[in-house]
Amino acid sequence: MNDRLATWLLPLTVFILALTGWEALVVIKGIEPYILPAPSLIAKTIVNDWGVLAASLWVTLKMTFAAILLAIAGGAALAILFSQWKWVERSFFPFAVILQVTPIIAIAPLLLVYLEPNTAVLVCAFIVAFFPILANTALGLASADHNLVDLFDLYRASRWQQLLYLRLPSALPYFLGGIRIGGGLALIGAIVAELAAGASGQATGLAFRIVEAGYRLNIPRMFAALVLISLTGIAIFLFFSALSHVMLGRWHDSARTREQ
Amino acid sequence: MSAPIVSLRDVSKSFASGTLALDRLQLDVGAGEFLTLLGPSGCGKSTALRLIADLLEPTSGAVDWRSGQRPELGFVFQEPTLMPWANVFDNIWLPLRLRRISRANAQKNIEEALSLVGLRDFANAYPRELSGGMKMRVSLARALVLEPAILLLDEPFAALDEITRLKLNDDVLRLQQELRMTVVFVTHSVYESVYLSSRICVFSARPGRVIETINIEAPGQRTTEFRHSQAYADYCRRASAALESTLAKATA
Ligand SMILES: Nc1ncnc2c1ncn2[C@@H]1O[C@H](COP(=O)(O)OP(=O)(O)O)[C@@H](O)[C@H]1O
Ligand SMILES: [Mg+2]
Repeated sequence: MNDRLATWLLPLTVFILALTGWEALVVIKGIEPYILPAPSLIAKTIVNDWGVLAASLWVTLKMTFAAILLAIAGGAALAILFSQWKWVERSFFPFAVILQVTPIIAIAPLLLVYLEPNTAVLVCAFIVAFFPILANTALGLASADHNLVDLFDLYRASRWQQLLYLRLPSALPYFLGGIRIGGGLALIGAIVAELAAGASGQATGLAFRIVEAGYRLNIPRMFAALVLISLTGIAIFLFFSALSHVMLGRWHDSARTREQ
Repeated sequence: MSAPIVSLRDVSKSFASGTLALDRLQLDVGAGEFLTLLGPSGCGKSTALRLIADLLEPTSGAVDWRSGQRPELGFVFQEPTLMPWANVFDNIWLPLRLRRISRANAQKNIEEALSLVGLRDFANAYPRELSGGMKMRVSLARALVLEPAILLLDEPFAALDEITRLKLNDDVLRLQQELRMTVVFVTHSVYESVYLSSRICVFSARPGRVIETINIEAPGQRTTEFRHSQAYADYCRRASAALESTLAKATA
């Protein structure tokens, strides 16, 4: 059996075994669904409640992806400004750090005071996704090979040429790494803000469904929403991993499997 | 030596760290010669080369070009220093691209440079698909694509295996003769310096100065025959003795 098969087969087997164990436990012990629903019931709930859940999923997805796009644009743009003008970096980097180290769960209620709930969710998701993209891209722009920098100087390249032909390509793997982290965090930020908004807002994302289902002791639906959130996170991760693989293609170590 | 294409006059270089790398270095590079800077590691050879290339400013003294300004210049680093995201063709395009010459207009020059180093069939390969020697050839082709008047090489083949290094040495010699370039070659290998050069400047240990100049008079092509000759052995002995004397002083 080859390695590639094992990387898929092993975790899949463990996963199926765990689900089977869970299902068996619920059936054998006769556990009530409002205490612990069986996987099959969760699956059924996803199907039966699809109308409500899909609408919420759509809301959360929209927020998350809008935040990711804003964070990519903002993070990359600011990183480029940092790399071109040291004083911009000195002036703004501390604020980026403050935003990063202050727990988003503590910022969310405040944002909800000032902003309309949907905007607050978007801003929360943006804040958490923004920093890793900024930090990674800035690092990448600064890590161009010193000899290549010399070579560009030797040919009297302009700053603009150096940015375009050297610094940006050098930063690409770092940037993509930042997006992969930021993408996952954007979902977390969105969920946190939705939770903080709770029943007060009109926001009807997946986290709101969890809160709402909790009030009604509809535990299977809580699990169903949770499963959808996890799947969204996995999809985001896989999407950006694939993107990174395609974009780095033939040149970067991370995108190539070692020849055996 | 023919009239110098560039002269280093009383060039000193100290770094911010306080290291004095070069102390009042006097060095003339003759037009068309193959000059090797030979010296112990850390003596300031790379610093001298980077001063010539205008990648560093001298702390005092001057780098004077015969033409009044730095002519077209090629530089080969110890590492191949290729852009990993670009294929061979685009790596060689770089110097032309920085002169705002389009890919299409650069094509002829790039293909010529590729032929010079024997890599015509690898235009579309990416650096990581090449062997160490091939990467070095790409680096050489890139340095040659602007048809420089002077080529600077900083221990370019030190990391390669013996056989590849000998092959590349012959290639550099052939290119120098074909293209009638001035070459300044940095190495810490006595054998390499004698085999390649028309003149060797032996550097003292840091701070670097030229302690001995050896003119190599070897008529005709440098070949294995030259490597096995008595003259070759004598030159090697002389260069080694100069190196040993400076090392003895440094450790004394
Ligand atoms: N950018 C730098 N900053 C500080 N010290 C340097 C720098 N570059 C070289 N040096 C020092 O200058 C001396 C000469 O270096 P170098 O020219 O690289 O020697 P070589 O090429 O002969 O081995 C060394 O002691 C080295 O540590
Ligand atoms: Mg050196």
